[in-house]
Amino acid sequence: METGGWISMILSVGFVTTMFITCLYKVLTYKESTEHMHGMNIESDDLEEDDKI
Amino acid sequence: MTTTEGNVRKSESWNSRLGVILAVAGSAVGLGNFLRFPGQAAEYGGGAFMVAYFISLALIGIPICWAEWTMGRYGGQYGFNSSPGIFRLILKHPAGKYLGVLGVVIPVTIYMYYVYIEAWCLGYAVNFLQGGLNFGESVTIDNYINYFNTFIGAAEDGSALGFDINQVGIYIVLVFFLNFFLIYRGIAKGIEFFCTYAMPTLLLLGIIVLIRVLTLGAPNPELPEQSIINGLGHMWNPGNLFEKLKNPQLWIAAAGQIFFSLSVGFGVIITYSSYLSEKDDVVLSGLTATSANEFCEVGLGGMITIPAAFVFLGAAGIAGQGTFGLGFKVLPMVFSQMPAGALFGFIFFFLLFLAAVTSSLSMLQPGIAFLEEGLGINRKQSVAILGLITAMGSMFVVYFSKDMKALDTIDFWVGTFLIYLLATIQIIMFGWVIGIKKGWEEAHKGAEMRIPNIFKVIIKYISPVFLLTILIAFILEKIVGINFETGEFSATGYVADLIGGENHEKSPVALMSVGVIGAVIVFVMILINTAGKRWDKLDEEGKRP
Repeated sequence: METGGWISMILSVGFVTTMFITCLYKVLTYKESTEHMHGMNIESDDLEEDDKI
Repeated sequence: MTTTEGNVRKSESWNSRLGVILAVAGSAVGLGNFLRFPGQAAEYGGGAFMVAYFISLALIGIPICWAEWTMGRYGGQYGFNSSPGIFRLILKHPAGKYLGVLGVVIPVTIYMYYVYIEAWCLGYAVNFLQGGLNFGESVTIDNYINYFNTFIGAAEDGSALGFDINQVGIYIVLVFFLNFFLIYRGIAKGIEFFCTYAMPTLLLLGIIVLIRVLTLGAPNPELPEQSIINGLGHMWNPGNLFEKLKNPQLWIAAAGQIFFSLSVGFGVIITYSSYLSEKDDVVLSGLTATSANEFCEVGLGGMITIPAAFVFLGAAGIAGQGTFGLGFKVLPMVFSQMPAGALFGFIFFFLLFLAAVTSSLSMLQPGIAFLEEGLGINRKQSVAILGLITAMGSMFVVYFSKDMKALDTIDFWVGTFLIYLLATIQIIMFGWVIGIKKGWEEAHKGAEMRIPNIFKVIIKYISPVFLLTILIAFILEKIVGINFETGEFSATGYVADLIGGENHEKSPVALMSVGVIGAVIVFVMILINTAGKRWDKLDEEGKRP
């Protein structure tokens, strides 16, 4: 493996790994991240009917 | 969105922030990350390809991703969850809804053949476990080529419909029902539930396979040059960087990979994000989903596939293999030769299967959303209609399995060409129709991070120009058939299949495949016309949020 190959690999893999971990850390540590989203219902009417049955 | 008789209301949503991110990331992470990307990067010289790849990520991947997330959430506030409805809202013109036809046609049509490939992954995983892919000591690549051709029915039309454990038929039925079961369960209980478990599992399996590959060393003492270090070199060595960057085909390949990999231009993200509320962040969420996809692609796919294949087969064994050749002929042989290969082969193909399911689910939701909001029908009805349409389409692709002609033709015209077209429409719509000022404000509602201001210029000017350039270059190279090095024209295989060419007869299967695409487009256009009347009525009655 050439020096250029090492540089190319380390920069590429390092960049995407750092970006992924940083973004995930921000999402998981944000204060509202565990709260539910703001939609109204989760299921459509026919699914609710199924549950009643 | 689910509608009640003559009325409209928002009724579905994601359960958690992480859930929507995993679902979008799951949509993006697919076979392309582990098979297509490594093949492309190695072919064009890892270092040079990565320069074009990251530039494309910054100039089109991330900007279109943010644009789609923002337009989707905006449409969702007005009760729209599909591209036709959202485009009609943004363009404020009745004709706008027809522009959104591609946002339904692309994912639905791709699903028709993607489920076939998904079934290959499940079939290979099962067969690794039960020993069907173990050909003993005197194994050659021909064993795996023959196995693949028999498994998928490549030798003859109709031969894929067998239901033996070594044939793809039974797996198609299984994955088809799995997809529709999950989609019937809805956004939170179906898609989000599955992705919440599947994505972390996929990451874990990917890391396990990665560790196995990186610790292979040089397994054949007689061929010490076939080591994992040299395998990584085969993948990442840049060669003559500046000379390679002058090749327009490298740029088309890199931009194309960003497209297919991130699922931008599919009409999927716009639907997924429409189930968010105005207070939900889209900027950080979009970037996180993108980065998850990039980690799987570059960090896992780039480190596993080519190096592993090189160690056992050398450079000559990899050369000229396309995505499927690498994935379903070369890699099975590689796994069969490594210690505990059956287990690692199973893990790898089960990983691909999970990646494929999370992607195929996302291809169904735009169709479901459109049918429900456009025709005012409930989940059972929308699932039944979409199930029937996609089952007919999938049957067509599976039946005409000889040389994968139907799959290949639909993949080219829809999975490549139309995606470029939709992405171009989307970025122009965000930058020029909504406008950067309003689009910027909309994107930052509830945002947990600011988009750097440089992206105002990128989204408005650079992304559309870059996209149009790539689109024109793609048309010139792949459709018109120009050779960029010699300047000569000759009809490409895809075009010659349709109109004939020198020493190239028309292909009836290719013609029928284009006919299927046309039929889906016409059918969706008719439905959009019907939906438009319904939406106009709801607007007149003031029943829209």
